[in-house]
Parts: sequence; structure tokens; C-alpha cells
Amino acid sequence: MVQFTLPKNSKITQGKTWPKQDGAAKETEFRVYRFNPDDAENPRIDTYYVDRSQCGPMVLDALIWIKNNIDPTLTFRRSCREGVCGSCAMNIDGTNTLACTKAIDDNKEPVKIYPLPHQPVVKDLVPDLTNFYAQYAFIEPWLHTVSPTPQGEWKQSKEDREKLDGLYECILCACCSTSCPSYWWNSDRYLGPAALLQANRWISDSRDEATGERLDSLEDPFRLYRCHTIMNCTKACPKGLNPAKAIAAIKKRMVDRQI
Amino acid sequence: MANNAASNGAASPAINGKAYPIEDHTYDVVVVGAGGAGLRAVVGCSEAGLKTACITKVFPTRSHTVAAQGGIAAALGNMGEDDWRWHMYDTVKGADWLGDQDAIEYLCRNAPDAVYELEHWGVPFSRREDGKIYQRPFGGMTTHYGKGTAQRTCAAADRTGHAMLHTMYGQALRHSAEFFIEFFAIDLIMDADGRCRGVVALKLDDGTLHRFRAQTTILATGGYGRAYFSCTSAHTCTGDGGGMVLRAGLPMQDMEFVQFHPTGIYGSGCLITEGSRGEGGYLVNSEGERFMERYAPSAKDLASRDVVSRAMTIEIREGRGVGPKKDHIFLHLDHLDPKVLHERLPGISESARIFANVDVTREPIPIIPTVHYNMGGIPTNYHGEVVIKKNGDDNYAVPGLMALGEAGCVSVHGANRLGSNSLIDLVVFGRGAAHRCAEKLTPNDKQPELPKDSADLALSRLDHFRHASGGTPTAAIRAKMQHVMQTNCAVFRTGEVLEEGKKKIHAVFEEMPDIHVTDRSLIWNTDLVETLELDNLMSQALVTMESAANRQESRGAHAREDFPNRDDVNWMKHSLVYLDTKTGKVSTDYRPVHTYTMTNDVSYIEPKARVY
Repeated sequence: MVQFTLPKNSKITQGKTWPKQDGAAKETEFRVYRFNPDDAENPRIDTYYVDRSQCGPMVLDALIWIKNNIDPTLTFRRSCREGVCGSCAMNIDGTNTLACTKAIDDNKEPVKIYPLPHQPVVKDLVPDLTNFYAQYAFIEPWLHTVSPTPQGEWKQSKEDREKLDGLYECILCACCSTSCPSYWWNSDRYLGPAALLQANRWISDSRDEATGERLDSLEDPFRLYRCHTIMNCTKACPKGLNPAKAIAAIKKRMVDRQI
Repeated sequence: MANNAASNGAASPAINGKAYPIEDHTYDVVVVGAGGAGLRAVVGCSEAGLKTACITKVFPTRSHTVAAQGGIAAALGNMGEDDWRWHMYDTVKGADWLGDQDAIEYLCRNAPDAVYELEHWGVPFSRREDGKIYQRPFGGMTTHYGKGTAQRTCAAADRTGHAMLHTMYGQALRHSAEFFIEFFAIDLIMDADGRCRGVVALKLDDGTLHRFRAQTTILATGGYGRAYFSCTSAHTCTGDGGGMVLRAGLPMQDMEFVQFHPTGIYGSGCLITEGSRGEGGYLVNSEGERFMERYAPSAKDLASRDVVSRAMTIEIREGRGVGPKKDHIFLHLDHLDPKVLHERLPGISESARIFANVDVTREPIPIIPTVHYNMGGIPTNYHGEVVIKKNGDDNYAVPGLMALGEAGCVSVHGANRLGSNSLIDLVVFGRGAAHRCAEKLTPNDKQPELPKDSADLALSRLDHFRHASGGTPTAAIRAKMQHVMQTNCAVFRTGEVLEEGKKKIHAVFEEMPDIHVTDRSLIWNTDLVETLELDNLMSQALVTMESAANRQESRGAHAREDFPNRDDVNWMKHSLVYLDTKTGKVSTDYRPVHTYTMTNDVSYIEPKARVY
């Protein structure tokens, strides 16, 4: 049935405007989504002013500065701060990206920060990615072989290894999947661009001997074919990867094997 | 997960008038940490049929192993002749003879198998024309016992750690290991006999406490780089295992040895792999001079990391730094073929662009020695078992407790780790620990009841910090600690600076009772978690400073200007430090270095001058 009312806690209210710092020469305004799971209140947007002379150049630097200097309750994930761990994925200035590699000055002011869209929010900027991770596990992200394992390495030509470039670098940040309208509607059944990019990483690996089974498991109206080539995934990927192309490659293989 | 709960919701004694519900779990093995070492142990234990749980405060692929770039060392001999004995020699020399040679032998001779295993699991290693794994030169890696340059470091471009971590997580999924993701381990459970019985952890998304009972607990919690202001380490590298061990009254070893990586990006501290020099990059000072030729005539830019970091520091100190403040150095890659940069160093090309606004094909990268790795850690033998001094035994294994990776100190890295030896450390000893568990433990063996007070330590600390309402926020105390460590325990050290550092770091420690935690929630309370992490960092900052002040010689990464030489007569021994976590009082002891090998296939490598 069509749902005419918004789900609980969807409406965002005006939050608190935190005071500016005394004597700050250059300030940037940040509007940050806040959701406190402990009360039944709707989420709100808090406004913070960040003193740029004390803060590094990236959006993550600004969030950490806010947490350290203004509001220690502001909650977000972060770890490597150099764009390889994928923890600090969020929606910044309307785009899903990594806070640690997004320069503050590359955004319109005020800089608006929300959690990754269409995921359950645990608190503030922390989404629940359980389903996303389960989809990753579903594609069986390990090498399947039946041939006897060699003593040394499996041989792989440079050309075959090159086929993994643009696929293996994925950091599972979920920026792509959570930017995809098909995923928003059908994330229960559509695997989404991140998991499909990973599926193609193993399908494309010359060492893997389960290409047929891997394709079989994707041969489904939803798992693969909910991709309608909207391309938001490719636009969003903070690592410059192209999930849409990977999905197209899988679809092509599906056709090829029927001929 | 719920089916492991033996007594859901059993309340603990009330603290502050409120009880915390505790959920109980029983496993054969509990691994804390899901980086390279933790995951390798999880896979191995699962394969062996042991009921294994992995507790991790971040989703496994977010662990800091993901940031390792350059590669993993193993004498495969794909690029020319090689021998694990040469690798062993290099590691012993890199460690400045503080490494335990039995453990180093174990590491180097098992390295090739461990790498092949990773390859069989699917790690996308870079390749040679003939389809074999590509290997690159790395600092301190030589052939024929120091005579030639070895190409020993296997790489997946410059994303080797990422490729390994993701592949190992895939293997863990394949073996259906049970993960407790976004659980923060608070404290170990030790019984009256000194046996480790498990660990207590906080589930971040709902604030419930979980008590894990295990035959063996493996700490694979990583290093404590965030004790310093500027480090290549992730925000989550807070030495949680070390903190737990010190609170349990157990010692840590060789904590004075902190590695500064020569090439952290100036400003942000992000890592630029040593592999960039392995592929032909070089350092220059403000006079455009390739100064490493003066400091290490034979290895030049590929000398050991401690040597290069000291040389850079001297150049800057003597006024030959680059930039407006003359306070950093340039790394040139612009002479390399753009195709090589694209194929082998794509990740650091991206980092340099984002964090230094540099196009590596045209300009040099501004870099500075940056805290990178802790050689010190929880003392273990080469099976991964935590060892202490007890009843006259220097190698008494604590029952039920293991430590791996950067959290541990098997002492293969001694006083200085060679680049690409940490990734191999993770998998060789992660695998070794799993073998040991398989050999020693019976799956589903009955475990005695936990002591009544098993969760008290963890609960009291959790409750204390959750309600901490002093006058100083966590971030302020953390910043002070990081500043003291950065200023007083740096690349070069003197007795005077370290004595001052001791006073200052103790003064910061004294502020801990005044800490203020603002967030009172139990759901995803990062303010509380950062405070628990600070508590862990603080204990390791204290013992690091004290150990550095105590060691009166220069060895590896520990460079004392007042004691410029290595002193094998008095100081070829491991420092052990214990901490009274209530008072901050540190006591020091020593353990002998293992001056013997594991087998007769190789003989003990006698100490000699360390020249590159």
C-alpha cells in the first residue's frame, strides 16, 4: 500500500544555533543533522560556526573541531582521515562523499551535512549499514576455485590483473548505493551498486572459477536488474570508481552467455 | 548473536544507583580487533573448528591495516635470487639487535607461505610479465647479508593493506566467523590465578554490556599512534589492548621505540609510502641536494626509516629545510615515468593531490617525519602467547592471553621496524596464534564459571567516565597529552627533555580526575568512547616517556643525543614497564633479548655496527 504519511522521525525541525567563537577572524557556518535516539524528538538541524584559523581544510576537520570545541555530543564515524577506510561517508552539500577528503571550501556556505540518505539513522550522522554489509556478504567476496591449489601463487598476467583496476579499490563507504533511487526503493531486494561492483570484481578475476555460479546468483529481476543506469553511483563515488560500468559489464555477460 | 547469550539481561551490581544489564557469551577463542592480525587469527581459529568470536570497535574493513600502502615482505625470489635468511639478517639489523632472533627466524621462514596463502585467497597482487607476484625494493631490504638491494616487498599497487584486509574479511565471511561489530572492549577478565578468562565489551549502538568468556583471548588492537599530535595513524589507533593489559597489572615491553615515518605529508600527516622511494623517489633539502647520500652512502634514500628520519631532522635543524618556515623536506617523484606512477603509486598520487595540492608528475611532495608505528607492545613469544617474568622464568606464558600485530611485541621489530615487515608480521603471527590455539585447545571445552567480580573493573571504569563531570573536556586533556609527547619524546631525545617530559606527562595524567564527559547517553556515545580511548592512550604515553628516559643509549628509533652510541653491554635487553593506573607510577624491569635462533637452519647473527 502507498504510505501517505511520512514515517516517524522524518520531519526535521529547527535546532540550536551554537554561539560563535570570540575573536574568530574567518568563520564558516555549518548546518548539521542531529538525531538523538534517547528521546522521541524529531531530528533537528543545529548551526555551528567553525573558526577556520584553528581548523584543518577538510569537512572532517570541521566536524572534529566542533566536537572538540563546541559540542562533544556530535556523533559521527571516522577513522583513517585519508580516504581509505570509508568510515566518514555522509551527505555533504547534497552529495554523498567522504568528509575526510572533501575540502570545506568546495561547498556552498552554509555547509549542510546529513547522514547517508535512506538508511535508518542510529544517531546524528551515524547510519545503520547492516543491510548494506549483508549484501556485500551475499556476493561471496572471496576467491572460488576448484583446481588444486598450487604451491606458489596462481599465475595472473599483467593484462588480467589490470582488469581488476577500478574494482578492487572500493572502500565500502556506501556513498554509491545510498545515492541510488533504485536502491532507495528496493534495497531489500536490489543489491545496489557497491555490492554489484564487488560482484564484478570477483567475476572479472582470472583466478576465480565460479563465474557461472556468480552470474546465476545475480540472474534475478531485482538483485541486478533494478539498476536503471541512473548513474548517481558513479557520480558519487569518492574514489572515482564506476559502479554503473561494472553493473553494465555484468549485464553484458548475462547476455553473452545466452548466445 | 543472541543464541550465544547464556543469561540475557542478568543485572550487575548497581553502581551509581543504576544497574547495567550484562549479556554473557562463551567462546573457545575471542579475538579483539579485526585488522590484519585479528582477522588472520579469526580465520585460522574458525578453520580449526574452534568457536571463535571477533570483537571490533569499527567494521573490519575500516581497521587501520587498510591504510598500509607499500607492501608485504617475503623472500619469494620472484625478482631475482632471494633467501629467507637474508630477510632475517635485514630484520635483525633493522631492529638494531633488539629483536628476538627465534621470532625473527619464525617470521622470515614462514613469510613466503603466508603470502602465497593470501594470494590463494584472492589478494590482487601486482604482477610481473610472467604472471608471478611483483616485488619492489624497500628500505633496509638487501641480498647476501647487506651486499645487494633486494626486491622483496610484494605489493598490490600502493594499496596492499587495503587489498589484504578486504580479502581477509572475505575469508572470515566464508568461514562464518562470528563478528561483534562496533563493540568497544573495555577490560580483560583476569582470575585470581592470573589467567585471562575473557573480556568485557560495550555494544555501541544500544549501550548494552557483553561479557565474553573464552579459553583464549587474543588482543589484536593495534598501536597507540594517537598518543602523539602528528601521526600517520588513524583516529582509532588508541592502544586499547595495551591499556587493558596495563590495567590488568601486566607489563608492556620496549615502549620507548616509536617509529617516525620519513614521509608523512607536511600538515595533515597522511602517509606517503616508502614504496615511492622503492620505485625511485628521492628526498632533497632546500639546496636541492639529495642529502641521503651523505648519511647512508650505500642505501641512500632506502636506508632504514629511523636513519632517514634522523637525517631529515638534522637537515631541517641545520637550516636546510624547505618551505617558508624551512621546516620540512621535499620528496621528488616527478622524474618517474607517469605510467609507473599510475600503475604502482596511484593511491599516494591521489593523497598528494588531495592533502598537499601537489601533482606528483610535476612537483615534489612536502613531507616530514611523522609518528607511524610502535615497535613496543605487549610482550609475547612467537606463538603469540603473552609472556611475563614470573618465578625466575623470563618467558612465562600468561594462560589464556595472546597478543598480535602492532599491539604485541614478539619483538621481531626490536628497536626499529623495516618497512613492509608489519604486514607480514600480522599474517605470520596471526596464523601462528591460530595454530597454537588449534594445538592447545579443545573445541567447546567446558570452562569454569567466571569469578564473581569479573565485570567490576570494566563496569566501574565505564560508570566513572560516563558520569565524569569535572572541568576539562576529553579533547582538551587529549590535546595536552599529544603536545607533550610530540615535543618531549620525538626523533631526537636528551635526558633533560625527557625528564621534563616525564613531569609534564604526569601533570597531564593528574588532570584525568577532572575530566568532563558531556554526552550521557549509552547509544553511540563517542564522547564516552573517546574518553575510554584517552584513558588507554594516557597509560601508554606515561610508560613510553618513562621508558625513553630510562634507556641510556641510542638504538634504532630511540636516539639519545646524550648517549649517542648503542651500548650492547648494558642495554641489549628489553625494557619492561608496569603501570599503577591509580597513581600513574611506572616501574621498570628488563627481559633478556633472545640471542638464539629457533632452529639450526640459521645461526645467531652477532651484533655489529649498523651502517647503511
